[in-house]
Amino acid sequence: MGNQNYETTSGGGLWGWINARFPLDKMLKEHVTEYYAPKNINAWYLFGSLSLFVLVIQLVTGIFLTMNYKPSSAEAFASVEYIMRDVQWGWLIRYLHSTGASAFFIVVYLHMFRGLLYGSYRSPRELIWIFGMLIYLALMAEAFMGYLLPWGNMSYWGAQVIVSLFGTIPVIGDSLAEWIKGDYFISDITLNRFFALHVAAIPLLLVFLVVAHILALHEVGSGNPDGVEIKKYKDAKGVPLDGMKFHPYCTVEDILAVAVFLLLFCGVVFFAPTFGGLFLESPNFEIANPMQTPPHIAPVWYFTPFYAMLRAVPSFAGTQIWGVLVMFGAIAVLFFLPWLDKSPVKSIRYKPALSKVMLALFAVSFVVLAYCGMKPPSGIFPLLARIFTVVYFVFFLGMPWWSRMGSFKTVPDRVTNNAH
Amino acid sequence: MRIEKLLPALAAAALLAQPLAARAEEGVAYPHAGNDIRNTGSLQRGARNFMNYCSGCHSAQFVRYNRVAADLGIGEPVLKANLMFTSDKVYDPIKSAIRADDARKWFGNAPPDLSLMARARGSDYLYAFLRGFYLDPSRPTGVNNTAFPLTAMPHVLADLQGVQKAVFKPASEAGGTPEIDRLELVAPGTLTPEQYDEFVRDTVNFLEYIGEPVQVQRRDLGVWVTLFLLVFAGFAYLLKREYFRDIH
Repeated sequence: MGNQNYETTSGGGLWGWINARFPLDKMLKEHVTEYYAPKNINAWYLFGSLSLFVLVIQLVTGIFLTMNYKPSSAEAFASVEYIMRDVQWGWLIRYLHSTGASAFFIVVYLHMFRGLLYGSYRSPRELIWIFGMLIYLALMAEAFMGYLLPWGNMSYWGAQVIVSLFGTIPVIGDSLAEWIKGDYFISDITLNRFFALHVAAIPLLLVFLVVAHILALHEVGSGNPDGVEIKKYKDAKGVPLDGMKFHPYCTVEDILAVAVFLLLFCGVVFFAPTFGGLFLESPNFEIANPMQTPPHIAPVWYFTPFYAMLRAVPSFAGTQIWGVLVMFGAIAVLFFLPWLDKSPVKSIRYKPALSKVMLALFAVSFVVLAYCGMKPPSGIFPLLARIFTVVYFVFFLGMPWWSRMGSFKTVPDRVTNNAH
Repeated sequence: MRIEKLLPALAAAALLAQPLAARAEEGVAYPHAGNDIRNTGSLQRGARNFMNYCSGCHSAQFVRYNRVAADLGIGEPVLKANLMFTSDKVYDPIKSAIRADDARKWFGNAPPDLSLMARARGSDYLYAFLRGFYLDPSRPTGVNNTAFPLTAMPHVLADLQGVQKAVFKPASEAGGTPEIDRLELVAPGTLTPEQYDEFVRDTVNFLEYIGEPVQVQRRDLGVWVTLFLLVFAGFAYLLKREYFRDIH
């Protein structure tokens, strides 16, 4: 009877019994029912919960795919077709997963762009951004390894190209590439380890990082399009005056967002699952063939901006490492964003024209690079890729200077509007 | 309206425009096959053509006989009597009788599996390929192909189509490889050119069907899913609006 006191303090019944032993009620309050989000957040702020939604789609469909997929070079391709043809609803599960991969990057890219628009990575949210970048890295690894699993010809050659990037590193390169592959070429052994990483190691890491990302967010509170801190003005009970409860307000908004997202997502799944060769590439309907390269090797669209940068840099001093450095640098530089941005304000709303132009140029460069990366490196594309690689880096490396230039509007004390 | 609110729409438009652009620029443009995946009669004729003319050498190893029969409304007795030549179980996959080793010896290449050929190469390509054989004495099979130059495949359908020869464009420069202008029938087959095109169209239709047998059901189900989601989104919107009356 020693714990009777606990039960009376946390309510009776099963609910009380649990809460005396586990902080369920406390956690729900902290993260859901009494978490306050700024009431001026707009549609840009929906892509975080949509990313979580897509993560769940990927985890659930992934589990069902694993039940029928065979991770061996002799059987993988056939087992995917078995899923598509003989497994009940297998085609739907597979298309949800393959479309989900692309959808994941779409919502994550929009989520990251929201960060750029409203300075979501600025103090005190630097660590949220760092966790987010780690999620992005894990997501890229997850997507890359998942792409090998169907064992189509583009799977094979795509993996070949990416792994060979590590081979350009001086001295250790070749041994490193060999170590990654576990063989002298992409083989059954490579497929097996990519499967292990894709279905166990990286998903675990992803879930862990997502938890860290959200915990960090809830510690400092959500940002908003005005870039002001709602915690500055609270009522007598300590509730932010410009806040609204996550539940029910954000949750009903998220339900609407999920409905709209699903309309687009299911449109692709049911009417255009290959999305014109962008989400499922046609060479991947042929089994991996080490003797025959596809006519044009290109990674899936979400990697093409970086692929374009890789190809844009010529090799010199007898090595191709420079392109690889530029490509990895393009990702690495994102980690430093909170410290590169010296703007006195967070949100684009109060920034001068120069900052707006720079952000627009960055967005354009990302899209143009993505397009260049899909195209064979001939004609206008290598030149375009070079120009916009420079634009991409000027945006980040020049940020400490251009971000403070121009005249800034005065940031209001409190949020300016309800976006609803 | 703030410009930032327009950005998602712009991003969506850019994303949707991409595959259209990608498709337009994709390699060679073949004439449209014009097949109709919902035309069961055409698919049945295509199945007949495939089993009689293709399946001797080409497998469709991911496709089961009884799946085809069920999807195309072919009864089991008809299936067994007319469409099954190599295998005796209706649930077996369609496997050719040719041995890969022999095929390599005879043609230089094992005939590829056709389960996914339409998905990998496209129906228009297949339509062009099956109509693109022409006489070329330099090839071991005596024929070459406009859609797939130097193909190892003999013109299996020559009896039906007849024999075509290539008419070259006048060479603009000496030494340049002459370009093919068009193909001309030099010996007619048992089918007229129109009948042959129809024969090929049915066959390509069948190949497109076996590439993804579920595709018709997929699109039909998609309509219902979309209708449901529209209703759901409508209620979700009303719910959201109701709650946000409190937020000022």
